[in-house]
Amino acid sequence: MKVRVDVDACVGAGQCVLAAPDVFDQRDEDGMVVLLVEDPPAELEAATEHAALLCPALAIVVEK
Amino acid sequence: MGDLDRVVVVGASAAGVTTAETLRREGHTAGLVLVGDEKVLPYDRPPLSKQVLAGTWEPERTALRPASAYTDHGIELRLGTPATGLDLARRKVVLSSGEEIGYDGLVIATGTTPRTLPFGHDLGGVHVLRTMDDALALRGDLLRSSSVVVVGAGFLGSEAAAAARRMGLDVTLVDPLPLPLVRQFGDRVATAIAELHEEQGVRLRMGTGVVALHGEGAVSGVELTDGSVLRADIVLVAIGAVPATDWLAGSGVPVDDGVVCDATCKAVDHVYAAGDVARWFNPRFGGLMRVEHRMNATEQGMAVARALLGAPTQFAPTPYFWTDQFDAKIQAHGVFPAEAEMVVAHGSLADRKFVAHYLVDGRVVGVLGWNMARQLLQDRHLITGLA
Ligand SMILES: Cc1cc2nc3c(=O)[nH]c(=O)nc-3n(C[C@H](O)[C@H](O)[C@H](O)COP(=O)(O)OP(=O)(O)OC[C@H]3O[C@@H](n4cnc5c(N)ncnc54)[C@H](O)[C@@H]3O)c2cc1C
Ligand code: SF4
Repeated sequence: MKVRVDVDACVGAGQCVLAAPDVFDQRDEDGMVVLLVEDPPAELEAATEHAALLCPALAIVVEK
Repeated sequence: MGDLDRVVVVGASAAGVTTAETLRREGHTAGLVLVGDEKVLPYDRPPLSKQVLAGTWEPERTALRPASAYTDHGIELRLGTPATGLDLARRKVVLSSGEEIGYDGLVIATGTTPRTLPFGHDLGGVHVLRTMDDALALRGDLLRSSSVVVVGAGFLGSEAAAAARRMGLDVTLVDPLPLPLVRQFGDRVATAIAELHEEQGVRLRMGTGVVALHGEGAVSGVELTDGSVLRADIVLVAIGAVPATDWLAGSGVPVDDGVVCDATCKAVDHVYAAGDVARWFNPRFGGLMRVEHRMNATEQGMAVARALLGAPTQFAPTPYFWTDQFDAKIQAHGVFPAEAEMVVAHGSLADRKFVAHYLVDGRVVGVLGWNMARQLLQDRHLITGLA
């Protein structure tokens, strides 16, 4: 699985961090998403997909 | 609810699309129809008052899903044909075309429509803002004009005022309440929002209502309750929204400021509601709740899909939303009742970087962050009842 984030679209909602804290973090100043791992291991795939579905800004793209 | 031959989702926007997609992802293989009033592919609304109004995003960028996603998932789109009626006994939705679609499961996700003034909307230059068409029409007018009066200082009005000011227009924000967003956040945060707008050159006329719009053919002025008249090339009316439930009149679906649902988002047998239109019993906060925020549309859409698939659970979210105005990114989790006491827990209002807690009887019911996203997320767990 490959993950990309569109920082430009991100609204800093942090839903991704709540859903998959090992894959996403946020910048301190403005809350913009920070991708921690581009190719999450199998055990994090479900959480990563869930984060992408929850993101209100559609800023997370997951490719399988 | 067991085997479903066909699920019909009415309302093709955030809540409706999420419901349909979740149904497919989680095992619904039979018929799935998504009915929408608007002709265009489903799109996202928050950017309308931000990037689209400002012109930094092309309209296409707001699409919720590419066209291929609907075909790939076997979601049958019926766009540009609003539902006009519902027959619960025969389990059929009636469309404006006269077509009737039978269902085993129905999802009501028709959202809200803007509330309007009792006068003036027939004049040119008077706008509301809910749809892509609205946003493009408003932007077009803003580009041609030098002054705009925004009626209503809630989220939408204050965001649009900020966007118009950034476009260089002369902007006046009018509201009968004493401060912008005061009903949402209380005095102290509302004061900070007012100061931000004034600093950026937005004129505030708080504590005044609008009694008339002047002009012949096109609007030219806004008359206030104190008798003064503001010059205006354009007026944006942003005085709230009402649930889009006209089509349910007389159907037997309970409607009272939205579709009234139980804790699993069920209205009556076989019928669920999600998103801005749903007023459901949120067990976490112990009351009926209707949430007009983007995140709720996604979460409730997912919950309704799961209920339809036979795994209903109590939908007990902590509401979340954000708003962007000038350089302020304000985010909030929880609820913000008028009686809550507000305490600044981190940072300071003066620095415009803080997290505030809202307490009722000493318990945290809401947390709000202003340009302090990370700390806010850490404080979210303080909200009572949250795991
Ligand atoms: C300009 C703007 C800015 C916003 N900014 C933010 C923000 O910053 N943060 C935030 O949290 N929230 C924001 N929101 C709120 C957020 O967009 C809504 O909560 C969200 O769109 C709700 O989704 P929904 O699917 O429930 O309803 P809607 O988005 O209202 O969609 C309902 C759909 O149903 C269709 N429909 C209505 N009646 C019928 C019918 N009879 N038959 C068929 N279809 C019908 C409508 O045409 C519409 O397409 C904003 C809203 C607007 C308008
Ligand atoms: S959930 Fe989406 S919008 Fe929110 S921080 Fe993550 S990427 Fe950004």
